Amino acid sequence: MCLAIPAKVTQLLDDAMAIVALEGIRKKISIALVEDLSVGDYVLVHVGYALHKVSPEEANRTLALMAEVGVLQEELDDIEEASR
Amino acid sequence: MKYVDEFRDRDLAKSIALGIRQEADPGRTYNLMEFCGGHTHAIFRYGVKDLMPENVRFVHGPGCPVCVLSVRRLDDAVEIAERHNVILCTYGDMMRVPGTKQRSLIKAKAAGADIRMVYSTMDALKIARDNTGRQVVFFAIGFETTTPPTAVAIIQAQKEGLSNFSVFCNHVLTPSAIGHILASPEVRDLGTVRIDGFLGPSHVSSVIGSEPYEFFAEEFGKPVVIAGFEPLDVMQSTLMLMRQINEGRHEVENEYTRVVSREGNLKAQNLVSQVFELRQSFEWRGLGKVPYSALKIRKDFAEFDAEKRFEVTEKVSREVKSCECPAILRGVKKPTDCKLFGTVCTPDNPMGSCMVSSEGACAAYWTYGRYRDKARSSRQEAAA
Amino acid sequence: MTVAPSDPGRRNGTVDMVHGGGGRAMAELIKDLFQRHLSNPILDQGHDAALLEAEPGKLVVSTDGHVISPLFFPGGDIGSLSVHGTLNDVAMAGARPLCLTAGFILEEGFPLADLERIVMSMASAASQTGVPVVTGDTKVVEKGKGDGVFITTTGLGVVPHGVEISVARAKPGQAILLSGSIGDHGVAILSKRENLEFETEILSDCAALHTLVADMVAAAPDIAVLRDPTRGGLAATLNELARAAGVGMHLDETAIPVKDDVSAACELLGLDPLHVANEGKLVCLCEQADAGKLLSVMQAHPLGRDAAIIGRVTEDEARLVEMETEIGGLRVVDWLSGEQLPRIC
Repeated sequence: MCLAIPAKVTQLLDDAMAIVALEGIRKKISIALVEDLSVGDYVLVHVGYALHKVSPEEANRTLALMAEVGVLQEELDDIEEASR
Repeated sequence: MKYVDEFRDRDLAKSIALGIRQEADPGRTYNLMEFCGGHTHAIFRYGVKDLMPENVRFVHGPGCPVCVLSVRRLDDAVEIAERHNVILCTYGDMMRVPGTKQRSLIKAKAAGADIRMVYSTMDALKIARDNTGRQVVFFAIGFETTTPPTAVAIIQAQKEGLSNFSVFCNHVLTPSAIGHILASPEVRDLGTVRIDGFLGPSHVSSVIGSEPYEFFAEEFGKPVVIAGFEPLDVMQSTLMLMRQINEGRHEVENEYTRVVSREGNLKAQNLVSQVFELRQSFEWRGLGKVPYSALKIRKDFAEFDAEKRFEVTEKVSREVKSCECPAILRGVKKPTDCKLFGTVCTPDNPMGSCMVSSEGACAAYWTYGRYRDKARSSRQEAAA
Repeated sequence: MTVAPSDPGRRNGTVDMVHGGGGRAMAELIKDLFQRHLSNPILDQGHDAALLEAEPGKLVVSTDGHVISPLFFPGGDIGSLSVHGTLNDVAMAGARPLCLTAGFILEEGFPLADLERIVMSMASAASQTGVPVVTGDTKVVEKGKGDGVFITTTGLGVVPHGVEISVARAKPGQAILLSGSIGDHGVAILSKRENLEFETEILSDCAALHTLVADMVAAAPDIAVLRDPTRGGLAATLNELARAAGVGMHLDETAIPVKDDVSAACELLGLDPLHVANEGKLVCLCEQADAGKLLSVMQAHPLGRDAAIIGRVTEDEARLVEMETEIGGLRVVDWLSGEQLPRIC
């Protein structure tokens, strides 16, 4: 449900509109639903509207948590191996 | 693509998969309902299931707005387009959904009705501005994610005095549907559908926040993890759910923190409540009539309400009898339990909504998952 | 050029019913527009039927009707497309194309300047590929009964001795090669569609592949199958082959070249690049022993620089095209159902 994709705000326009870039694709979208946007922010785009800002800190935190699962796993494997 | 590619990383996927295998208690099964069609799609599109142990099972939920729209409402939309000679604007997803007697918008269009696919409500407004001599109706569907853009369009239409624009509103609410499923006899009393936890909506939650799910976690004792739509998000959230289940917890956790907060997008929520109010009851395909589960346009904006502007006739709307979409949407049956699946009903000739939407369980199963049947049948052959 | 007084269309600068009427106005339009730009010794003979010297070997004939909206798109137009598209169909038999014919259906009121632009683009495509348009036809339909211009082209070619390219030769174990990135044409077209507009530098990959095919055939005459994945994308072509040959396929998603911008546009619109159209790519099935050699020949050609080995033919009664996904899962790659529609969910 609800296809949405993160894109970077490259230009703020009048009437609550903005240009976003996704790789080399540029699209004009509405930013009527989001507050305090600046150029460079990433927003989640759904049906031509920015729905929410994407938090870079939180994205990194999630990726770090994911990576931790692997690290834990390796440690467990090492322990297992050592105990053999 | 930033914030996309990182969450499809193969090595990370491998390590989370290992973590999941480690976490899985062989003595139990984990029946996890992914409410959203977006999750269903990700699970099948990326083959997430292949990386899961056998005892982690995904139960597909009703979170596909195209799938849950009742045939009656679709028939009404077709009638508005045909009988009232309007320009009916709709998202591409709705075009092929079959109504009564397999009548779809795309068929009505072929027969001469002026039905136009739009990408955004802004496009519908533009069509209204460019065609002031004609009535332009936006056929609005979707959950809380898609509702705010409709609200913005209605406010804009009022501001501009676009008197030829109106909205046929079918926006529905996620929490009421989850509550309905959890309270249903199949889940609560009969135990025919086992749900041990929920992968919570991602983009819906960016608007409504994670707070509305706290009631379910508490009331029904089921863990909820708000999960992003990328494959690694689905996997990480699965692991988080399994940990909760193993530890006997039932909390609302949030994996998708890069977009979802506890309170959600207040500006969007305010715009929605400015334009819409609750309907007492709304019919869902699969779930039947669900109280306070949908929105209608408030009196202040009544002039933009297509239901008030265009009369629709009382009609008998019918789904294909043996189509199991309703049971599939409730998680009671799997696509392969349906007699029509893959025989008369395929994406080329869909009998029910779940085969149309790329988020529908039947379409996902058929389009991406058929090799499983092959594997199963060859195993059976080998056994025989 | 002088304008016949009986030609109201030429005065208005638009196609008129009189241009299809068989009279002087039609003859002059053909002379001034079609013959002038497409000129070559055979066409210039002005016969209703073109006379060609017969060549030894197997003859290949293919025909293709071209309808496209918009008529002019980034990287090409209906004129160049109608030359490249048909040449490619001929080339996929391993043939050397000899000539083309062109039939135009014009809609009354269509701007003559646009028509001239299209014909000039055809002419330049024909001269660049070295394949002349040797005969043609023009008809005019009333306003509202066409969509500007439809062009049907037929191509004739000869297959060199010893080359036998046929879907029947697809066999389990063979390698699947792809000549370059997928989805460029479809994304370029979509970027110009009403209500979808987005800006992109992506150009249609519209190109004639016969010189690439010639290099490939010269290097490995034993190529089993060649196909150009156009409408329906790579997914449709591979499924057609699997179905026709009674085989399965196994692909590696990470090996399939897709440009970043094409991926991005697909994400934005909810499309799968595997379903998006191409107009200048080919798929080749060959024995594993030839795969490395063919790959380097392809990569040495300007139209095959990004060529890759993307998978292998498998034995599969169900004739499924399967793919190992980016994250290491497995999925089926299915045909597209109906027209590809952007989606919101």
